[in-house]
Amino acid sequence: MASSYDYDDASLDSRYPRPPSAGQGSAGTDQGYDPNFVPDSVKTFVVHLYRHIREKNVYEIHQMYDGSFQRLSDRMFRECPWPSVEAIAPYVDNDHVFCLLYREMWFRHLYARLSPTGRQRVESWDNYCSLFSVVLHGVVNMQLPNQWLWDMVDEFVYQFQSYCQYRAKLKNKTEEELQLLRQYDQAWNVYGVLNYLQALVEKSAITDVLEREKEGLEQFTATDGYDYEGGTSNVLKMLGYYSMIGLLRVHCLLGDYHTGLKCLAPIDISQQGVYNVVIGSHISTIYHYGFANLMLRRYVEAIREFNKILLYILKYKQYHQKSPQYDQILKKNEQMYALLAICLSLCPQNNLVEENVNSQLRDKYNEKMTKMLRYDDEAYAVYDELFTYACPKFITPSAPVLEEPLTNYNQDAYRLQLKLFLYEVKQQQLLSGVRSFLKLYSTISIGKLAAYMEVDESTLRTILMTYKHKMHAIDGDGKIIPNADVDFYISEDIVHVVESKPTKRYGDYFLRQILKFEEMIGELDRIKLD
Amino acid sequence: MGRDQQQQQAAYTVEQLVAVNPYNPDILTDLENYVNEQVSSQTYSLDANLCLLRLYQFEPGRISIPIVVRILIKALMAMPAPDFSLCLFLIPEQVQMEEQIKTLIVLSHYLETARFRQFWEEAAKNRSTLEVVPGFEQAIQAYAIHVLSLTYQKVPRPVIAEAINIEGLSLDKFLEYHVANSGWVLEKGHSCSQLMVLPRNEFNHPELKKNTVDGMPFEHVTRIFPILS
Repeated sequence: MASSYDYDDASLDSRYPRPPSAGQGSAGTDQGYDPNFVPDSVKTFVVHLYRHIREKNVYEIHQMYDGSFQRLSDRMFRECPWPSVEAIAPYVDNDHVFCLLYREMWFRHLYARLSPTGRQRVESWDNYCSLFSVVLHGVVNMQLPNQWLWDMVDEFVYQFQSYCQYRAKLKNKTEEELQLLRQYDQAWNVYGVLNYLQALVEKSAITDVLEREKEGLEQFTATDGYDYEGGTSNVLKMLGYYSMIGLLRVHCLLGDYHTGLKCLAPIDISQQGVYNVVIGSHISTIYHYGFANLMLRRYVEAIREFNKILLYILKYKQYHQKSPQYDQILKKNEQMYALLAICLSLCPQNNLVEENVNSQLRDKYNEKMTKMLRYDDEAYAVYDELFTYACPKFITPSAPVLEEPLTNYNQDAYRLQLKLFLYEVKQQQLLSGVRSFLKLYSTISIGKLAAYMEVDESTLRTILMTYKHKMHAIDGDGKIIPNADVDFYISEDIVHVVESKPTKRYGDYFLRQILKFEEMIGELDRIKLD
Repeated sequence: MGRDQQQQQAAYTVEQLVAVNPYNPDILTDLENYVNEQVSSQTYSLDANLCLLRLYQFEPGRISIPIVVRILIKALMAMPAPDFSLCLFLIPEQVQMEEQIKTLIVLSHYLETARFRQFWEEAAKNRSTLEVVPGFEQAIQAYAIHVLSLTYQKVPRPVIAEAINIEGLSLDKFLEYHVANSGWVLEKGHSCSQLMVLPRNEFNHPELKKNTVDGMPFEHVTRIFPILS
């Protein structure tokens, strides 16, 4: 279906801004790139980073990882990769694990600034396999910043998604590229990806840690996963934690929303937790959680979570302006507004969206939301457009068939999800009409309502039952959750309408004020007047 | 009894497999057998069936249409849960073009939009597809009663009859059963027709809806205990 948003995933990593001069050339063929030349600044960088890692100085590691690496990349490596790992290895005692970490950063930089060749994609897969194997064998004793560990998992899933898109576009591949695909058919295979993530979750026993934390037997969230006293490694634990989010993401890419949510279940997103320490992980978690709930028709749940995160981003995005993830934060922000618009059109609500978020939403999508409520052809086009813009980049996980005729089938998965989504929208077509009539009456007979809606009585009865069915979602435990803001019941042939009035939340308000005042009194007490 | 025990053992193991080692093509046959077991013993496991559909996604050459059909019928029987859609999300478009699956999609559409008369008509035309799964009719009738309970306080007899596809003496028996066991009450409607009064719940009696809006989780209230003391 035509839409103004181009779904087709460019081979360039759209997460990072592309410097205007950078071309489409693949790495290694740019003039003047010598993989063995190590500038002094890079020498200093790796020597210091290596030392900080050995000394477990997490703060310094974070400064170098988040700050120096970006600055050096901007200054010296805008259009070419960093020096090869073989070139820097002598400066770091040829430390095996450090080299794996350096290579991971090397490939991540490549994906961000340049476009990787087929061979480089395969090599990156090998690097991840080695890195995760080392971690899974429990021989790692470093402490790394959470940002870095999250980026590893995030990038792992991203490169998997990118590879699936890459190998599903067969039409214009050269013979060399096809041969590579044939030869390295195990690279980025879906079993490997899922099993690594699963293994990290299991080996780290992170679900047990979270359980014990609930009973007060373990400190995890309070220390952000670090071990300040004992100094034991946080790498396996945190990779296990972030892999739960990684699994949610992969399952969403496959279209398996139910299992995705199950993978996330050990993390309680109604509470603060380690998942919202790193803003990237916070956004990714809520985005996929909300999207899965949307596809499961749990609209109110999705609206609630989108509302919370959009408010958070509104308040705190200014603090991330310098960060390399800023563009990605903004992109996800826009996508979630689109999803929120969809949810509110399918399931209008009175009181769930905070004022500032609501005004942003109206600024961006007021016209489109009005169109979507009409349920005509134009409305379906808008649903199509917003869904296409905001959905994850679905993948076809099976191995490609490398024989003639060679086709591009990278959009098949997306088309299926879109089709099923629009099918659901069409089933809800007559419901907004019912809703507008019900808002006008407190009681009305079936006969009269049928006449107004220009349908016969038995059709009206089916429409009313559809409304009830669609507006009562079933959650994971089989409980019925009512979603509608306008409800009704029928007694023989009279419809009695019940509109839920938004009630003022006095209890919550008083609680918050009591705590606030108590805090203020405490602070005043502490001030010593000289 | 020995065979039942064995079956129980096998089911236990399959559920374990799905929980512990789901991303593994070797369990595909076990999962297929488990589907057949769910059909014959009238049990149901969404997680195991989704696991199988995922594996079919990973290995399109091994897909078995009869198994997919059975999974989808079982999912229909799980309504009002959205299991049927969840399964469709995982089934490739070409497979969804198969005749039997197209029929099931149409049936699901009728059920989702409460078009019970059309549903039963279409189901009658496709008896051969549906009768492979015992308990189908009763499951759909239970779903129909569910939707009626959400919607009606007092429902006319013809509406029930159309929804559950039972008429005449069988319908009388059915209604008697529910009067005795489910708290239904028979009444006379204003046009001398029969009315069933369905049990009160928070959906057809919205005044019963617990107003959770102003409720607070207990943990929040405990936060002010130190202040109160």
